[in-house]
Amino acid sequence: MNKRQMSKTTARRISMTITYIILIVCAVVCIFPFFWMLTTAFKSTAEAYSFPPTFIPKKWLLSNFSNGLQVADFGLFTKNTVFLVLINTIATVFSSAVVAYGFAKFPATGSKFWYTCLMATMMLPAQVTLIPQYLLYFKMGMVDTYWPLIIPSVLGGGAYNIFLYRQFFLSLPQELNEAATIDGANSFQTFIHIMLPAVKPVSMCVGVMSLVFNWNDFYQPLIYLNSTKKFTVAIGLQFLNSSMGTTKIGQMMAVSLTMTIPVLVIFFICQKYFVQGIKMQGIKG
Amino acid sequence: MSSMSKKKKKMSGIQRRNTINFYLYISPWLLFFIVLTVYPMLKSLSLAFTDSDFSGKGNFIGLNNFIQAFTVDVQFKAAFRNTICYVLMYVPLSLILSFFLGWLLSRKVKLLGFWRTVFYMPYITSGVAVTILWGWIFNGTYGIINYVLSLFGITGPNWLGDKRLALGCIVVMSLWSLGNQILIMLAGIQDIPDSYYESAQIDGASTIRQVFAITLPLSTPTIFFNLVIGVISAFQLFNQPYILTNGGPVDSTLTVAMVIFRNAFQYGKMGYASCIAWCLFIVIMIFTGIINATQKKWVFYDN
Repeated sequence: MNKRQMSKTTARRISMTITYIILIVCAVVCIFPFFWMLTTAFKSTAEAYSFPPTFIPKKWLLSNFSNGLQVADFGLFTKNTVFLVLINTIATVFSSAVVAYGFAKFPATGSKFWYTCLMATMMLPAQVTLIPQYLLYFKMGMVDTYWPLIIPSVLGGGAYNIFLYRQFFLSLPQELNEAATIDGANSFQTFIHIMLPAVKPVSMCVGVMSLVFNWNDFYQPLIYLNSTKKFTVAIGLQFLNSSMGTTKIGQMMAVSLTMTIPVLVIFFICQKYFVQGIKMQGIKG
Repeated sequence: MSSMSKKKKKMSGIQRRNTINFYLYISPWLLFFIVLTVYPMLKSLSLAFTDSDFSGKGNFIGLNNFIQAFTVDVQFKAAFRNTICYVLMYVPLSLILSFFLGWLLSRKVKLLGFWRTVFYMPYITSGVAVTILWGWIFNGTYGIINYVLSLFGITGPNWLGDKRLALGCIVVMSLWSLGNQILIMLAGIQDIPDSYYESAQIDGASTIRQVFAITLPLSTPTIFFNLVIGVISAFQLFNQPYILTNGGPVDSTLTVAMVIFRNAFQYGKMGYASCIAWCLFIVIMIFTGIINATQKKWVFYDN
């Protein structure tokens, strides 16, 4: 009996060791590219193009950053992106909460039908609506403005976010609503002063996801923005990539690193909300 | 009698107020749905039968777009072949990998928060910057992958410049940013009650046996979810090939989304691009339809 117990703990120990080895290998694969970006960003062109490569730069050069960021107006691109990110995040958080509140709290004829429609749009590939959307925006003179990038956030902020909020609103006790109604608050006051604070965890998740999504977004700005002075960081990077390719990889990596750091900072600060967002999905439901 | 009808009236009053409130609150989305989803869908279907140019104006040309796509257009064929290849490589690998890593993380490992952060980082940063970085890693002459291979005496290929390997490289890149799926899997596995495992342990079932008898079947709803989402998004692959290879070499990484983009925004053929978009939509519907039809056979709902 004792022997058996022992062999069992040994087996457990071996299998856990293997688990950790696999996890460490995967972690290295996940992190190494970032390390590689970091060191390449500080290497001289000659060193970056040496084979075998060096893992730690012989001399840490800062000039890649100053030169790379001057190739295009990255200060302006950053300002544009921050503007878009902030507007879209605020709009998404607010409008998806409003729409979800409607879906969760007001039983009305047709609500089931519209909810099915909402869920179905999640399955719709963007390409099917893309061209007429573009033509619509074109007709309204909105191509090469930020409107096509902002309007979807204002109008509901995406099916997935509405879905997240709705799940949470449904879990709130109905008494919260009723208590406010008795106090004489109308439904919008109830929403602003009672419901919105109560769903703060969801707002944080939707907010941080929207921040990151909008910072990284490439496809929409690529289609709608033409003039260089309106570019976002993502488009600016691609502009740099297509114009100088890998000829100045140090500068390329320096700029890439600079543009990745804000996302990583947001991620490290708000980590818990990203994790909560995943848990909230409640796939089974 | 009169009190009842009064009550009825009051009920319908509440109902009416609910209906008004409902439509008031969902109106932003409803506007988006009608103007920017339903109308564009129908509009692109009708554009698919025209030779519309950049202005969106054109003549009805019947099935000509479809005939051209299926008989003449080399890019169309290459793009569908590549995209389906990509889906068939990426989706199964992503499911296996995310289940496996999700399961490993669920084994009461120490520092769970650390592993979670590390695996999620590539997903959160998956933008243009990181794609360019991968191009450098895959570089045929100076890339780090070929350096590692050279340590073993292997001369590495020109990964993204080789028409047999380029699409595979993009699969690897996509698998690198799998963090979200891994964590969804982990959450699903963590939801399985401990009591299931305890009774299996009493029966003397091995760890491997437990994975296949308990963890895997009870994770099928999560796997199904990841499968559907994975297929739909994989069919729309655009960013990585656009940034790294622009579809090359020899159209080997050209995807359907890229062909739509080229026709619409570079050649100004809005009608033809709509036709391809609808072909893509139909293919996606066929795939998800098949997946849905098999759902009953393998997805296990615990209730």
